[in-house]
Amino acid sequence: MLLLTCPHCGVSGEETEFAPGGEAHITRFGPGSSDDEFTGYLFGRKNPKGVHFERWRHAYGCGKWFHAARSTVTLEVYGTYLATERPPQPILDRIAKRGAK
Amino acid sequence: MADAMTATPAARFAGGAATISDLGPVGMVTLRADLADPAVAEALSAQGFALPGLRRFAGAPGSGAGWFSPDELLLVTEYGRAPGLATALSEGLAGRHALAVNVSDARAMFRIEGRGARGLIAKGAPVDLSPAAFGPGDLRRTRLGQVACAFWMGEDEAFSLVCFRSLGAHVFAWLRAGAALPTPPGF
Repeated sequence: MLLLTCPHCGVSGEETEFAPGGEAHITRFGPGSSDDEFTGYLFGRKNPKGVHFERWRHAYGCGKWFHAARSTVTLEVYGTYLATERPPQPILDRIAKRGAK
Repeated sequence: MADAMTATPAARFAGGAATISDLGPVGMVTLRADLADPAVAEALSAQGFALPGLRRFAGAPGSGAGWFSPDELLLVTEYGRAPGLATALSEGLAGRHALAVNVSDARAMFRIEGRGARGLIAKGAPVDLSPAAFGPGDLRRTRLGQVACAFWMGEDEAFSLVCFRSLGAHVFAWLRAGAALPTPPGF
């Protein structure tokens, strides 16, 4: 079970209160892009064994989207941050400190 | 026009753990707007409401404002006042990116009181309801069992719980089943 903290309403909830939204920080390729770029945007996903940056929605709560960094192996959550942000340095430091990949 | 009625008219259950009651039609207005905008607090105060803090309910059980998200409030008032309140807020926030809608008939609302009220709700909601973590004035939007709901605690430690009207009968049955069992007063 994942324990996520919503950065919008400050709730620390378990994952049944949230809805997963897949991999985060995907660059959109729209009209005018090449077929390869568009295919990658639609279907190319990392599916790592280790650190993963994901989108989540506080579905039963405030309804807002946000980002979470977690390990797909240990389910440790390194932190959550706003959907408009790149991963903040404190979260990257925490990941580095844990020696995670 | 038909008389207003709730999803579970006059339903009431006094169990060993808690008493659940349907309080009849309640006025509810959803306000979507940027709560950080000072104009929102002004428009609310012109109607006799205070802007609640993060995950708080400001006001009395029958009249107040609950924090639903950074851009959403639920205003509770008398049933007959809700349409006028929605209109007045729309006028007060004219020209801004805001929306006020009367949702009185789209929601069901219950009052849950008694020594086992915390334990009863904690059976279905993934929320820490210990007195240290959840007290009077606190509000939480979450789920009860498998359905979305929101609840807040009044000064008398009674809960007000709202859910979608279509789920009102289900939520009342869920609460009644839970309150019939001897809820351990674990809090």
